[in-house]
Amino acid sequence: MTTLSRRALLKAGLAIGGGLLVEVSLPQAQAAAAAEPVTFQPNGLLRITSNDVVTFVLLSVEMGQGVSTSNAQLIAEELGIDPAKMVLEFAPADRRYDNSLSGLQATGGSTSTAGSWEPYRMAGATAREMLLEAAARSWGVPKPECVAEDGAILHKATNRSGRFGQFAEAAARLPVPDVTLRTRDFRVIGKPVPRLDAAAKVDGSLVFGIDVKVPEARSAVVVRCPVPGGQVKSFDASAAKAMSGVEDVVQVPSGVAVVAKTYWHARQAAAHVKVEWDEGPLAGFSTAGLLETHRKLAREGQGKRVHSKGDAEAALSKASRVLEAEYTAPFLAHATLEPQNTTAHVTSSKCELWAPTQSPGILKEQLKRLLGYDGDDIIIHQTWIGGGFGRRLAQDFALEAVEVSRAVGKPVKVVWSREDDMRHSPYRPAATHRVQGALDAQGRLVAWKHTVVTQSLLGQIGEHWLRAIIAGSPGFMKSMAAGIAVPMLSAKDDTSVEGAKDLAYGVENLAVDFVRHETGIPVGLYRSVGHSHSAFATESFVDEAAHAAGQDPVAFRRELLKFEHRNRWVLELAAEKAGWGTPLPPGRFRGVAVHKSFNSYVAAVAEVSVEGTEIRVHRIVMAADCGRVVNPNLVEAQLESAAVFGLSSALKHRISFENGRVQQRNFHDFELLRMHETPKIEVHIRHNEASPTGIGEPGVPVIAPAVANAVFAATGKRLRDLPLSLEAAS
Amino acid sequence: MVKLVINGVEQEFDVPEDMPLLWVLREVAGMTGTKFGCGAALCGACTVHVNGIATRSCVMPVGTLAGQRITTIEGLAQGGARHPCQRAWAELSVPQCGYCQSGQIMSASALLAAQPEPTDEDINAVMSGNLCRCGTYPRIRAAIHRASELAKVERVDLKAAIGMAEKKEGH
Repeated sequence: MTTLSRRALLKAGLAIGGGLLVEVSLPQAQAAAAAEPVTFQPNGLLRITSNDVVTFVLLSVEMGQGVSTSNAQLIAEELGIDPAKMVLEFAPADRRYDNSLSGLQATGGSTSTAGSWEPYRMAGATAREMLLEAAARSWGVPKPECVAEDGAILHKATNRSGRFGQFAEAAARLPVPDVTLRTRDFRVIGKPVPRLDAAAKVDGSLVFGIDVKVPEARSAVVVRCPVPGGQVKSFDASAAKAMSGVEDVVQVPSGVAVVAKTYWHARQAAAHVKVEWDEGPLAGFSTAGLLETHRKLAREGQGKRVHSKGDAEAALSKASRVLEAEYTAPFLAHATLEPQNTTAHVTSSKCELWAPTQSPGILKEQLKRLLGYDGDDIIIHQTWIGGGFGRRLAQDFALEAVEVSRAVGKPVKVVWSREDDMRHSPYRPAATHRVQGALDAQGRLVAWKHTVVTQSLLGQIGEHWLRAIIAGSPGFMKSMAAGIAVPMLSAKDDTSVEGAKDLAYGVENLAVDFVRHETGIPVGLYRSVGHSHSAFATESFVDEAAHAAGQDPVAFRRELLKFEHRNRWVLELAAEKAGWGTPLPPGRFRGVAVHKSFNSYVAAVAEVSVEGTEIRVHRIVMAADCGRVVNPNLVEAQLESAAVFGLSSALKHRISFENGRVQQRNFHDFELLRMHETPKIEVHIRHNEASPTGIGEPGVPVIAPAVANAVFAATGKRLRDLPLSLEAAS
Repeated sequence: MVKLVINGVEQEFDVPEDMPLLWVLREVAGMTGTKFGCGAALCGACTVHVNGIATRSCVMPVGTLAGQRITTIEGLAQGGARHPCQRAWAELSVPQCGYCQSGQIMSASALLAAQPEPTDEDINAVMSGNLCRCGTYPRIRAAIHRASELAKVERVDLKAAIGMAEKKEGH
């Protein structure tokens, strides 16, 4: 790469997709170009050097969802190159790399594909056109006769060809053209390209955040108050400081940090730090108490009406048959397998950090405020991420590492233990749903009144998001105002009622109320967010209604989805592939669920058996419609993943509090599904050429209700509390 | 000083005898392919081979391992040839985030050394000790069968592939 002093930097203001700056860098002298490769950078997403290295910049973070492969396919489609032949680079924390849908440089909300669908194809097409133009001029042939294929420009009539790199310098001198994107006859889009990151994920060479090696960096652990929000009153570190390998013990806002030679030394010493805590207002908090409050609030009906159609109350009062049910969902931890960690090096004028964060953008804005430094003095190195699921949209772990480094004046890697992670997380909030429904004399569902009691997600994290959005360009405000800013400011918070508020079923009289009950417990975004609990309520309740009406659960839903085609299509596809209505082996029973989230549609049929109080899931059949599929291999993987993730929360785990303390510690009491419990999972994708929508999250919500409905079919017992337990119900 | 043979190379480490092998590998030897997940032998992310036996390194004090043959994910490929598990894993796009996969592959390669053609029950029995939060279990199962097939077709000795000599060596 040529150095800045040796090149003129030309900037053009062409906006691509999310408003990317177009930069064309040129060498000042030919002599310099001969010595060092010239870089053709038609936009912020792509670089081609004269020695033929094609680099694409990843806007999203790769946390397992496969975006480093699928986004490579988008750019490769238009550029004319094998996606595996490009070099991957993570985007620096910079507003230029904000997601075109969310207006934040954050990976969440299942927007990685939807938000990059246009920008990457534009980037590839722009570069291709410029390379074609450069080649056509140099050969003196008409540009339309030239094609870009496999990393080269070809002119078949004269049998001439040249690698992209050969034309990089000439292309860099051309104006950036307008381009038209291919809408059909895709060559790379739609192909089951194997994961491009797989090779480095099977030999231990991939560097996750926790693997980062920074010269002179110490390891640190933080002793935190067992009660969320508690503060250090005083501490005695004399014993810890005397231990081998320990360098510093310092107070930071989140607790007391022990800085040592290795994690092991720090962890050993941390056990000897004596802290007196001010446990704060949550010291008496318990899940049992919360549940009681939730149920009371759900029955009192003092919520804010967030959606209504017809007159649900009137219809309920005159209905021939009224059903009523309450569903509960517990707090949940994301339990990413890579524990939280960050390596930070803070000096008096600069902050550099290596963080497995889902949002370098939000982190940077928070650091600017914390440290008072300019954006240019804050360097965030995005790392590979060992599982996100929304956990790393909160930046607590990264800010904490910055505090520790600042306190000791050295580069420090802070690593959380599994116990730290389990007990100090922004949890999926607990929620209680009360649903009342009315059936008319013909068994039609004519009224649905739904009350959601939970705490607000955006009430806690929203401030940082809002600041980050406002700090961006005005264009973002428009797209975000409706989505996040307005609901947040008006305390309505759609994430708490999503999936309930937008019920797909054609019920004439519908009322949805939100009772916001704050606990003070830190909460965050958990894979599928509000849908993770709301679909359990809606899909259980519609199943209860079907049985009360004496109708088949698939037929009952199908009738209610008469005008909701995409919901109905996936329902029908899953039912057909699962053999709905056909005989099963003795002891096996089916349950179904269908739900729309993140603009995608997923249905699942679960096949279970019950022995005593043990629920065994044998088979999950899923059908999905997520618009245009960029890579079916990855879409299938995300749905398989969602099924396993959904089964863990349906059957295995919860976070509970007593005296303000999380009762779970590690994977023995916060269990995840294991190999021997994993059913056969079959995925069917419904063909659809609409623009791509989310797929990382939409598979999760249907799993718990499909299993609960199958358990009802097996036992006649309605399990309305997550995680599902026949023991608790008997 | 503790003397360990890691991936065929003898090395000496000035560490406390009760320091778990995991942290010696990661923070003293600088080999980060072996992962920290739970610190309590509950998740399997830290799995390595000790004399060919899958072992949770997070609870294994190095003092007990003097002179023992330790293989980590970095040493699984031999002479540039990737283990059939590594190839099958990539072929079937098994990894998602990939964090648990070092441990999964170390467990699976030890299983295949003992059972070159494992049944689904064999896979359940051994692999249930390794957690994957991304839920790649169905593909891990398929990849173990695929690795078994690759080894059969290519006549790979699955014991030798994890550094266990073919000669009868009791352990």
